[in-house]
Amino acid sequence: MNSVKKFTVSPSPHIHSGESVQKIMYGVLYALIPAFLVSVYAFGFDALLITFTAVVSCVLFEWLIQRYVLRGKNTILDGSAVITGVLLAFNVPSSLPLWMIVVGSLVAIGVAKMSFGGLGKNPFNPALVGRVFLLMSFPAHMTQWPKPMMGKFFADAVTGPTPLAVIKEGIAKGNSMTEIMAEFPNISDLLLGFIGGSIGEISAIAIIIGGIYMLYKKIITWHIPVSILATIALFSAVLHLVDMNVYISPLYHILTGGVLLGAVFMATDMVTSPMTNKGMLLYGFGIGVITIAIRTFGAYPEGISFAILIMNACVPLINKSFRPKMFGEKK
Amino acid sequence: MLHTFPKGGIHPPENKFAASQPIEVLSVPDIVYIPISQHLGVPAKPIVKRGDAVKIGTPIAEAAGFVSTFIHSSVAGVVDKIDKITCASGFPQDVIVIKTSEDVWEDSIDTSPDFVKEITLNSEEIRARVLQSGIVGMGGATFPSHIKYQVPEGKQATALIINGVECEPYLTADHRLMLEKAREICVGIEIIKTAISVSHAYIGIENNKPDAIELFGTVVKEFQGISVVPLQVKYPQGGEKQLIKAVTGKEVPAGGLPIDVGAIVNNVGTVYAVYEAVQKNKPLYERIVTVTGKHVTEHKNFLVRIGTPIQNLIDAAGGMPEDTEKIISGGPMMGKAIPFPQAPVTKGTSGILLVPSLESQRQNMESCIRCGKCVSACCVGLEPYIIMTFAERGLVDELLDYQVMQCIECGSCSYVCPAHRPLLDFIRLGKQIVRKQDKK
Ligand code: SF4
Ligand code: SF4
Repeated sequence: MNSVKKFTVSPSPHIHSGESVQKIMYGVLYALIPAFLVSVYAFGFDALLITFTAVVSCVLFEWLIQRYVLRGKNTILDGSAVITGVLLAFNVPSSLPLWMIVVGSLVAIGVAKMSFGGLGKNPFNPALVGRVFLLMSFPAHMTQWPKPMMGKFFADAVTGPTPLAVIKEGIAKGNSMTEIMAEFPNISDLLLGFIGGSIGEISAIAIIIGGIYMLYKKIITWHIPVSILATIALFSAVLHLVDMNVYISPLYHILTGGVLLGAVFMATDMVTSPMTNKGMLLYGFGIGVITIAIRTFGAYPEGISFAILIMNACVPLINKSFRPKMFGEKK
Repeated sequence: MLHTFPKGGIHPPENKFAASQPIEVLSVPDIVYIPISQHLGVPAKPIVKRGDAVKIGTPIAEAAGFVSTFIHSSVAGVVDKIDKITCASGFPQDVIVIKTSEDVWEDSIDTSPDFVKEITLNSEEIRARVLQSGIVGMGGATFPSHIKYQVPEGKQATALIINGVECEPYLTADHRLMLEKAREICVGIEIIKTAISVSHAYIGIENNKPDAIELFGTVVKEFQGISVVPLQVKYPQGGEKQLIKAVTGKEVPAGGLPIDVGAIVNNVGTVYAVYEAVQKNKPLYERIVTVTGKHVTEHKNFLVRIGTPIQNLIDAAGGMPEDTEKIISGGPMMGKAIPFPQAPVTKGTSGILLVPSLESQRQNMESCIRCGKCVSACCVGLEPYIIMTFAERGLVDELLDYQVMQCIECGSCSYVCPAHRPLLDFIRLGKQIVRKQDKK
């Protein structure tokens, strides 16, 4: 034995699926592309600028904090900060002043993510924390929605309320449902996204395409989106049947106010959602109930952001109570 | 819809390159190194000394306790010494070193190629023969088989389940054996049925081996009470409890044994060894070993004498490729990486997998993103991500609460983790922490 080479010894398993955090995050980004394209078509250059600013600030803040505060290895390439930026931008109106989106990014990345130690350790969805912070601090700017201008890239936006806000106000003024509905966009506009609203929430079809892509890539499972949507549909249908003059139809609830964006992209965030399928169903149910409760009885017409954040807080508890069933355990 | 086990599981690439390679007899080495501990339990006690002449099949070490078994010489020759060398375990172990001369068999062994169908031994005689022939579980567990065939007081065996799934990627030894020795395996099944007195046996085969399923479908017609159960491909279907669930639908209670649901599971390799021991009076001194790997030039299935240095197998398969970084005894999911190719083949060596350097690098671990993939992959129903954090922090109560001891070490969790977290490493650490606590 002249060459006694010692071979590498390491514990099993000796192969890996090739999955990586980066691949998952980039998968989410690809899924966001359709909604992004619709938003640029609808809101023009402003949408592009807000999204770009949010992404750059999120990535920059993460890099700075990681480098000078946490002193850990560079994490911006994993793609999660980019996602936070895109999702934050998707949740604000395109008319928002740029400096505000920078502040929102700082809150999202600095407070909601890095102060807990970075990706994976944050209990709350960073983009939603950023959004809610902006909503509380700058309510006027956050509830003025530019009307979609359909491909006129540089036109000056005309602002107006979102469909849900129209209804809430109408009901408050004592208008009848038919009067209110006259001002309401029709269903095909809702599906395609030609309505007032946050940058990324307007097109139901674009969001659903993204969701299907993530399902196909096994980035998400159906449990969370379906349970949120089913719960919202169920409860709003019951209310609608009780009094059609006060409560709008379930379809409008689902197609407006960021419900789809929330159900497909925000609530499904791996880090801040439960581990097991049963846990996910309960979590989605909770989000649905709280959303309808806020919309019906609360001050905000949209509500899903708060609902998701509240349920984020319940995730550790849900994980504890819904542990997977052990093989061979008595049912 | 084909059956499988319902909870967890993964689909690693199969890479069964050697599947179409017929079994080849590997030439007998000049020296064999036969470890005295090739089975689970107490090492066997050597009964030969330096200078003793032995034949093929001569017992050279005897069972040294209840959970122990016999070991036989795999060559004819002279005992050179009892030495310590680094074995597949990575640790130095006692081996009996025998210098080989020309093949001479013990007289009692029937070396003819004749197929013997009729079974003459009764249950007790079969168990005694299995012990004297040194038969152990050949799928890798190496649990002495004579104990398995002793159904405990108060329990009743109702089904014999034959493991023909070979769910580890790359390995093809069982597959080849099934194709080439189907009738012998069926007789082996009959023998074990007699030993444990059950009337029905099920052979579970994954449907990535359609040729074996088809062949057994015809061969079992010559026998009574043997059925073939084609299964969906899913790792780790070869796990005892997973296989029982897939084949019979019964779930062995957590912490229980297969016999608790009346099942006894045997690997096809073991069944064939039983056939040879009982029908041909041939002890377990050789076995089939797959030699393969992505960059290996000739993929092989060898019939190898126990104690042959692994290096010899690699040489016969076209030699050690340049950039080999790891040598694995067994499959890529549960096999052991061994430091030196001089380690000998043992009764539990199902394959030798050579891994090129590019594939053997582990990625740096990142933070857990709580994706839940490890939880969905675990066939036991554990939560590997959280067990890992408990193990890191040495929290015994939490480890026990999260059932760390139930882990079957299949490796699926580490395999799927996108953050490249070494989950199984830490689960093993967690088990150690618990065991240490128990001793106190
Ligand atoms: S190694 Fe253990 S914890 Fe990991 S998947 Fe397998 S049984 Fe579950
Ligand atoms: S698979 Fe890895 S990243 Fe995902 S939950 Fe498990 S440990 Fe965390």
